Amino acid sequence: MRLINQRPGRVGAILLGAIPFALALAAYVVGSAVRRAENPQDKLLPSLEAMGTAFARMAFEADRRSGDYLLWVDTAASLERLAHGMLIAAGLAIVVGALIGILPVGRALLSPFVSAFSLIPPITVLPILFIVLGLGEAAKVGLIVVGTAPLMIRAVAQSVLDLPREEIIRAQTLGASTMQLTARVVLPQMWPHLVRAIRMGLVPAWIFLVSAEAIAATEGLGYRIFLVRRYLAMDVIIPYVLWITLIAYVLDRALALASRRLFPWAHLSGDAL
Amino acid sequence: MTGTAAGAAPAFVEVKRLAVTYGDAPILEGVSVGVAEGALVTIVGASGCGKSTFLRILLGQERPTGGTVAIDGAPIAPEPDPNRGIVFQKSSVFPHLTVRGNLMLPFEIAGGGPLARLFGARRRAARQKADAMMERIGLAHAADRYPAQLSGGMQQRLALGQALLPRPKILLLDEPFGALDPGTRREMQALLVELWRETGMTVFMVTHDIQEAFDLGTRILVFDKIRHDPQHPHAYGATITYDIPLKGPVAEALRPATPANLNVKDAF
Repeated sequence: MRLINQRPGRVGAILLGAIPFALALAAYVVGSAVRRAENPQDKLLPSLEAMGTAFARMAFEADRRSGDYLLWVDTAASLERLAHGMLIAAGLAIVVGALIGILPVGRALLSPFVSAFSLIPPITVLPILFIVLGLGEAAKVGLIVVGTAPLMIRAVAQSVLDLPREEIIRAQTLGASTMQLTARVVLPQMWPHLVRAIRMGLVPAWIFLVSAEAIAATEGLGYRIFLVRRYLAMDVIIPYVLWITLIAYVLDRALALASRRLFPWAHLSGDAL
Repeated sequence: MTGTAAGAAPAFVEVKRLAVTYGDAPILEGVSVGVAEGALVTIVGASGCGKSTFLRILLGQERPTGGTVAIDGAPIAPEPDPNRGIVFQKSSVFPHLTVRGNLMLPFEIAGGGPLARLFGARRRAARQKADAMMERIGLAHAADRYPAQLSGGMQQRLALGQALLPRPKILLLDEPFGALDPGTRREMQALLVELWRETGMTVFMVTHDIQEAFDLGTRILVFDKIRHDPQHPHAYGATITYDIPLKGPVAEALRPATPANLNVKDAF
C-alpha cells in the first residue's frame, strides 16, 4: 500500500507523536549527564531531579523574603495581563473586523489604517508605552494589544469578506436589513474565526508579555525567568519555559475544543490542526 | 401567459433597451422584453452571453449601464429585496443554521426586530410555518441537520423553500439544478413546477439544459450575439435572439415527486 494511504491507528498515532518528545528528552538527559560527569557543579544543563526540586520549591515553598508562593504569583500575574490584552484585542477585532468586513464604507475608512498600523514592529512601541502609560500594568497590556490586535482584526475582517457573496444577496432577498444581516448571518459565522484569531494571536501575545515583563515588572513568568538568568539558574528557567509552554498548549486546546462545542457547523468538513 | 406585444400596456416585468458594459466590454445590448405575471420564463444561451448578468440585473445585484427595468410599472429597486427571490446553482443557504433554522430565518427577519429574533408564542408560530415548508419540500426528516450534512439535491430544495417563504412576486433561478444528477434534477423540476402552480409567481430560470428549458417554460428566451467581429470577439454584446412561447411544463417533467421516493433517495 502507498505510504500516503497508510494511516496510524489511535494507539499508533499517540506512540508516533511521543517519539520526538522522547528523543528530545533523551538528548537532554545524555547531554546533562556528560557535562555533569566532567563538572559536578555544571549549571547549564541541570539534572531532571535538580529541575524538579527547583520547580517544587517555586511552587510549594513560601519565598523567604516575601512569603509568596512564587510560581503561582507569577502565573496569576502573567495570565491576568494576557487575559486583559487578549480581551481588548478580541473586542477590537470584533468591532473593527466586522466594520471592515461588512461595510464598504468601513473598509475604505479603516482598512488602510489597520494595514499601516500592523506594520509597526510592536516592540518599538514599548518605550513609548512605558513613557506614556508608566511602568504599570497598562503598558504591558498595551503592548500585547498593539502586538496582536492588527493581526486579529485582519484575520476576522478577511473571514467576513470570504463569506460567499450569494449568502449576503440571499439574506437581502429575505428582507434582512444591514443590522439583521450582521446579527444573524455575519456575526454567527464570524465567531469561529474569532476563536481561531485568538489562538493565532496568543503566540505573539506570549512573546510581548514576556518581553514587557522582562523589562519592567515585579512579578510574572517572564520577569522571573529574566531575574534568575543573572544567577544562571537553569534549574528554574527550563521548568518555567516548560510551564509557559504547557499553559499555552492548554489554552490553545481549550479554545479549539470550545469552538467545536459551540460552533459544530463550522467543523463539519476537513482536518484542522 | 406570455409577453405583451410592443406598444401594448406595460407588462408585469418590462425591460427596455437594457445595456450592460463591463469596462469596455459590452455584455448585453438592446435587450427589450415584456413578461406577463405568472410566466415561467426559461433563459438559454452560450456561456458568456450575459444570461446570468440579465438575472443579476433583475435581482438588483448589478445595475444596468443603459435602459430600464420595471416591475409592476415601478423601476426596480437598485438592491435586492423580498419581492425577488433567488436560488443560485451553488447552495446559498446559511451553513451555520440547521434546516429548520434556515426556514425560520425569513419569519425572524420579518417580525424579529433589528436583531431578527423571535421569542415565545411568535417563535412557536414561526417554527410551525417553517415546519410546514419543511414538510412541503420533503426535508422533515432532516430538520436538525446542517446544510453541509445534506446532499446537493436536499440543499437546493432547502434553498428553494427558503426563497419562497417571503412570498416573492418573482423567483430568479441561476442554473439551479445544474450540479445535480439526472434523477434528482427531475424531482427538483417537478417540485419547482408544483410550487410555481401553487404560488402563481413569475419565474425566470437560467439553464444550460435546452431540454429542461423547453420542458418547463411557458416561454423561452435565447440570448446570443447578433453581431460578430472576428478581430474583436468581445466587441459586441448579446441580446435576445429568439423569444418563443411554449405550452408550459410538459407532463413528463411533472411526474410528481412523492415524499416517499424522496426519502428513499435521501437515505443514500
